[in-house]
Amino acid sequence: MADHKPGFFTRWFCSTNHKDIGTLYIIFSIIAGIIGGWFSMMMRHELGDPGLQLAEDGQVWNVWITAHGLIMVFFVVMPGLIGGFGNWFVPLMIGAPDMAFPRLNNISFWLIVPAFLLLVASALIGSGAGTGWTVYPPLSSTLGHPGMSVDLAIFSLHLAGASSILGAANFITTIFNMRAPGMTLHKMPLFVWAMLITSFLLVLSLPVLGGAITMLLTDRNFGTAFFDPAGGGDPLLYQHLFWFFGHPEVYIMILPAFGIVSHIVATFSKKPVFGYLGMAYAMVAIGFVGFIVWAHHMYTSGIAVNTQAYFTAATLIIAVPTGVKIFSWIATMWGGSMTFPTPMLWAIGFIFLFTVGGVTGVVLANAGMDTSLHDTYYVVAHFHYVLSLGAVFALFAGFYYWIGKMSGRQYPEIWGKIHFWVTFVGVNLVFFPQHFLGLAGMPRRYVDYPAPIPPTELQGMLVNPIEKIQWIAAQDYGYHLWNYVSTLGAYISGFSVIIFIGIVVYTLFFGRKAEDNYWNVQPQTMTFEWTLSSPPPFHQFDIQPKVK
Amino acid sequence: MKKINFWVLSLSAFIMNNSFALAQQDVAKPMQLGLREPATPQMERIAAFHDDLLMWIITVIVIFVTALLIWVAIKYNAKANPTPSKTTHNVLLEVIWTVVPVVILIVVAVPSFKLLYYLDRTEEPEMTLKVTGYQWYWGYEYQDTEGVSFLSYMIPEDEVDESKGQRRLLSTDNPVVLPIDTNIQILITAADVLHAFTVPAFGIKKDAVPGRMNETWVRIDKPGTYFGQCSEICGKDHSYMPIEIKAVTKDEFEKWLVEAKDKFAENAIPENGQQSNTLQLASYAGAQ
Repeated sequence: MADHKPGFFTRWFCSTNHKDIGTLYIIFSIIAGIIGGWFSMMMRHELGDPGLQLAEDGQVWNVWITAHGLIMVFFVVMPGLIGGFGNWFVPLMIGAPDMAFPRLNNISFWLIVPAFLLLVASALIGSGAGTGWTVYPPLSSTLGHPGMSVDLAIFSLHLAGASSILGAANFITTIFNMRAPGMTLHKMPLFVWAMLITSFLLVLSLPVLGGAITMLLTDRNFGTAFFDPAGGGDPLLYQHLFWFFGHPEVYIMILPAFGIVSHIVATFSKKPVFGYLGMAYAMVAIGFVGFIVWAHHMYTSGIAVNTQAYFTAATLIIAVPTGVKIFSWIATMWGGSMTFPTPMLWAIGFIFLFTVGGVTGVVLANAGMDTSLHDTYYVVAHFHYVLSLGAVFALFAGFYYWIGKMSGRQYPEIWGKIHFWVTFVGVNLVFFPQHFLGLAGMPRRYVDYPAPIPPTELQGMLVNPIEKIQWIAAQDYGYHLWNYVSTLGAYISGFSVIIFIGIVVYTLFFGRKAEDNYWNVQPQTMTFEWTLSSPPPFHQFDIQPKVK
Repeated sequence: MKKINFWVLSLSAFIMNNSFALAQQDVAKPMQLGLREPATPQMERIAAFHDDLLMWIITVIVIFVTALLIWVAIKYNAKANPTPSKTTHNVLLEVIWTVVPVVILIVVAVPSFKLLYYLDRTEEPEMTLKVTGYQWYWGYEYQDTEGVSFLSYMIPEDEVDESKGQRRLLSTDNPVVLPIDTNIQILITAADVLHAFTVPAFGIKKDAVPGRMNETWVRIDKPGTYFGQCSEICGKDHSYMPIEIKAVTKDEFEKWLVEAKDKFAENAIPENGQQSNTLQLASYAGAQ
């Protein structure tokens, strides 16, 4: 091979190689995931019992939920799915030697690192940014947060947004210009389709967020009053702008997951994806409709009843292309010759859990119903089913599917399966009971909830769960029981993270060498990455591949 | 027995609180799986929409998808089916799984719109309650009766007296008293940051937005004590600004109003809605 060998610093800090940058993104995503997960563990531990356990007061709690949300969205799911797997596999799948703008690719990654540091700083400096990830004014204005924490959070989002916009421009250019001869748009692998649509959503939605938080910044520091009623502004303007970004953002997180799951399901069913064009255009439809449903996050904010009716209708429509995808995956498996290694387990887990999260989305889509459920744990359960159990399951599915290709070493299969089942049980135990809490009316973003304080000997995690549950069930009011069950689930999920870290370390140092096509991907589901060595050469496709 | 108790005790507003607490209290139960017991036609319709329609639809869909997944895993695993089929399209199937969800969604949408427009506002309000969210308490004004307005704080945890029926993080020092069988218009605003006025058993939730006056309404079916909690993140004590409502008969409500006029006569916040609005905006601007 004509590989040149850059030194350590040049290779990892000045990288222009899409695979190395992808690796950096994946490492970044895992580290941020552990930090964001640590916040979840503290939050669940706090809510395991009524009263205050870890948080000194509600502000500390609000800082945790804000940091958790922003970290998971901007620094775990997006870098993992888009920066990580997107960078690694878009050029490989379309037969390109690299991304269109390799140096832009580098700056995309190196913008997200200071963005993360700014976010961590915003949580640590002063009283922290306790606004929720939505950063609604006036709580996020100087009225609610006089210190500099919110300013730091805004700068963090500016940088993360710039990083994503540059990355998205790079993907769009790469996908439109660098496909192998013969690979028309309608022959493109579905993961590439997903990344193309995701990139358009990023380019169209992030500038709106950038505008909104810049207006907030000038409201805070330069005396403007975009969101301040005393100066003729309106807090609802911010909400409209935020969700015009925020709703496409949730599809930005889930579309790449759709792409990964499609490939895994096809590979392990040994059948091409069923209804390929339907799958691709279902994603286009989801991306398009995703832009015209934003105010379903604002049903209780006081928007007009006719507006609510429109957004109810538009939101319900999203269920149709989503249903097409679910049924097409099942039809792909139908008549297939299925095997169930770890990535397939995560993919099937994804389909099931995404369905559960999807149907609660149909419930929440109804503005009338949302009167009861808005800002309760039902919403928390819903979006964790589609994100924490959807997007994150796809992250793990992609990791196990491609780690042999990326590192040249294969993970231990039995431990991959153990990791899957422990996570599956853990996260369902965390989030399923939250539906009950939400239906019963427990509001979200609460550091403490109504319930009798248990006797000292029954407090904390080191007690007999059966005794404790019996005691709680005998009380005459309170949200304690399902919170306690949810917290037990969180401990199990936390344990699964330790298993995962062990698997990563074992694989990288002791994993057996992976062959080029270690999943035995069949010709009918073949994509270019399986034609290369594992790991691929530093520069691939010296001879341009062709699609017939 | 409770009824007699009730009559004796309701002579004074203070003791009246206790009798209601003991009589009928709306709280979430530890084992609760579903929505609250409805106390208004609003919540009855929400609960009916959820329990009788949505819940069935989503349960059937989840069971259907799960069954398909199990079926393909058994029927089409590598052992049972060594040679994969080559099918990649089936137009009829694809049309069916597009059209059937559309039909299901129409079935959902029609009652959904009915519910939405029913919840929106009342045509004939018989009284108006104005609610103002503050960091971190609620202000209430009875706009039809001059002089009745007060602030309502959570009873601190160490002062909660369970024997009086008080609940941790739910009971307030000044509960809102409302008549049953009355169309009550509720106007909601905020003086500092966003809050949300929520009472689960009533099926109402509206954001309190500074500079805006939002509207909703209720008609309470039966007397009792109902609790709600602020439902829009509002800072440090977001978890500690509950809403406590005592619903009483119309007669008792009239009596209470007379007493309340005395009790709250020297209240800090002005009686007149217009005036208080100005003050709130002024204080809001002053906080900048």
